Amino acid sequence: MIIEDLPPDAADRSGRPVLEVDELTVTFRRRGEQPTRAVDGVSFAVAPGETVGLVGESGCGKSVTSLAVMGLLPRRGVEVGGSVRLDGQELVGAPDRTLRGLRGADMAMVFQDPLSSLNPTVPIGTQVTEVLLEHRELSRKDATAQATDLLDRVGIPDPARRLKEYPHQLSGGMRQRALIAMALACRPRLLIADEPTTALDVTIQAQILELLRELVVDSGTALVMITHDLGVVAGLCDRVHVMYSGRIIESADRHELFARPRQPYTGGLLASVPRLDGVRGAPLHPIRGSARDVIPWAEGCAFAPRCDHAQDDCLTEVAGSTVPLEYDGPGRELRCRHPLEYPRSPAGATAAGAAR
Amino acid sequence: MLRFVVRRLLQLIPILLGLSVLLFAWLRALPGGPAQAALGERATPEAIARYNELFGLDQPLFVQYLRFLGRAVQLDFGNSSRTGRPVTEEFLERMPGTIELTLFAMVFAIGVGIPLGYLAARRHGSWLDSASVIGSLLGVAIPVFFLAYLLRLLFAVELGWLPGSGRQEVRIDATRITNFYVLDGLLTREWDAAWDAFTHLVLPGIALGTIPLAIIVRITRASVLDVVNEDYVRTANAKGLATATVRRRHVIRNALLPVATTIGLQTGLLLSGAVLTESVFAFGGVGSAIFDAIFARDFAVLQGFILILAVVYVLVNLLVDISYGLLDPRVRVR
Repeated sequence: MIIEDLPPDAADRSGRPVLEVDELTVTFRRRGEQPTRAVDGVSFAVAPGETVGLVGESGCGKSVTSLAVMGLLPRRGVEVGGSVRLDGQELVGAPDRTLRGLRGADMAMVFQDPLSSLNPTVPIGTQVTEVLLEHRELSRKDATAQATDLLDRVGIPDPARRLKEYPHQLSGGMRQRALIAMALACRPRLLIADEPTTALDVTIQAQILELLRELVVDSGTALVMITHDLGVVAGLCDRVHVMYSGRIIESADRHELFARPRQPYTGGLLASVPRLDGVRGAPLHPIRGSARDVIPWAEGCAFAPRCDHAQDDCLTEVAGSTVPLEYDGPGRELRCRHPLEYPRSPAGATAAGAAR
Repeated sequence: MLRFVVRRLLQLIPILLGLSVLLFAWLRALPGGPAQAALGERATPEAIARYNELFGLDQPLFVQYLRFLGRAVQLDFGNSSRTGRPVTEEFLERMPGTIELTLFAMVFAIGVGIPLGYLAARRHGSWLDSASVIGSLLGVAIPVFFLAYLLRLLFAVELGWLPGSGRQEVRIDATRITNFYVLDGLLTREWDAAWDAFTHLVLPGIALGTIPLAIIVRITRASVLDVVNEDYVRTANAKGLATATVRRRHVIRNALLPVATTIGLQTGLLLSGAVLTESVFAFGGVGSAIFDAIFARDFAVLQGFILILAVVYVLVNLLVDISYGLLDPRVRVR
């Protein structure tokens, strides 16, 4: 896995953030069941041209966060609190009409499984042009011309022919490219990619990531990358937020995070990645156990039961109920009472090595 | 595509051969024969023997079958032992009635069923939803002949709103062209004849359409509930499409795929004759013809009608398969 030595990205970090998420909470309420809080007090911001990663295991709330930002969670049985602002406009509690006007035009999303995310009975062309026709004043002919351009831009060969085809006639990589084309059709200010490479072959994964990076650099789009794959983070993200059980537990710039993970969970994530340059047959380092459905933040630190560094006070209520997310050096935030410590070593120590 | 159709038509040959053997054997195994039915219980053995000789029924079964088969391939199914008229002629007279009735029943079932099923799914959990689920359960559970009797008793006999028997008022001297009474009335501009034939379709049509209606409501509802949770509907919403576009292009279109199959199968079933409903309403379609032929042990009519209906059923299913390919690009046959 390549971690360091990426070309410096040309992202424009100045100016006000495109997306500001403040204390976002999402609670699922079902009749006859305990309400479940899937996202709890999540805050982050994304600047134009910046790529921010939300990282965590399945069920940590990263996808729910993205759906909440897009306003795609069902209205019934779901309670969204806090604030989500797109270019300063508040989205939480905004009427459906407003959100529909913004979705597809100013904010767009690429989903995980390209096959099931495309309508099997509608030609690719219609699925691309319908975004354009909805948000732009275009004739059908102009929309088709633009759709051809878009498919060409995302690297689909022979776009005019592909427009007439159906999703099942395209390969997995092509389908994901088509989905990206749909998302980018109206040049959105914000693009959310929810595990866009999970369903693809490794070789295709790299191509898709490269494509996303080019697009972000070219257009200055703010990109939120939802992933559990640290390889994706290493290759793409400027800033990373690690989530666990619905909360952010560590935030840092990419280089910092890979060099010196402070939360033992982050350290564990890095250590659990198999290394090509490791000794053959050397044991892997999984994080033991798995995340629970119920969020146990009430008892101090949710990760403590699985943590090798946990001490008695991790599970008790000291100074308030839960371990807070606190300042941890410039550009870093951390939610941990007993973080991993590092001697003042020169930068560049390999991440996984440091974590062990 | 053409190869697909030809292959399906070739498959008909063994099906029809098998069916004809079964039919032939089964009819001859029935107690009492055409002679008994025609001449009555007190017929002398001599009279029965003469009757059998006249109609070739004294020959060995094997010979009878081969003779039947030889004529059947020329679309000659012999003459009815009851009326003496050629079976093919009787069929052509009866089938249009059944087709009209089927069309009415299916238009009723589709026209009410799809909107109702869709609304039930949209208001999932509401009183309308519960009512449609319970109603469709009742619709499947009520025996058709019972419902037919009930409708006839209430709307024809008691209230007198609609005619309760036949295909047309006997007084009306309508011109026959195609034997589709409604169509004939329209073609000849005999409006009152067309209207009268249409009113004769209403009660049997509703009775016949209840089961397809109930099935269509249930399938539409379940299918819409499935489709609204599909990833591609989420994608459509993520594109910010208007609600109407999402529903029309992404929900309804996909939700109707399984409904189309059901509609095809139900149409095939109804076309093969609604024996009970047609009998209750004395409706002169193929169903009541088969009903009468069974009592008269009218072998020729039974064999001919049932074999032709089998062909009709297979053809309707072939049409369903072809239309399914038009609706769903994934199963398009090459």
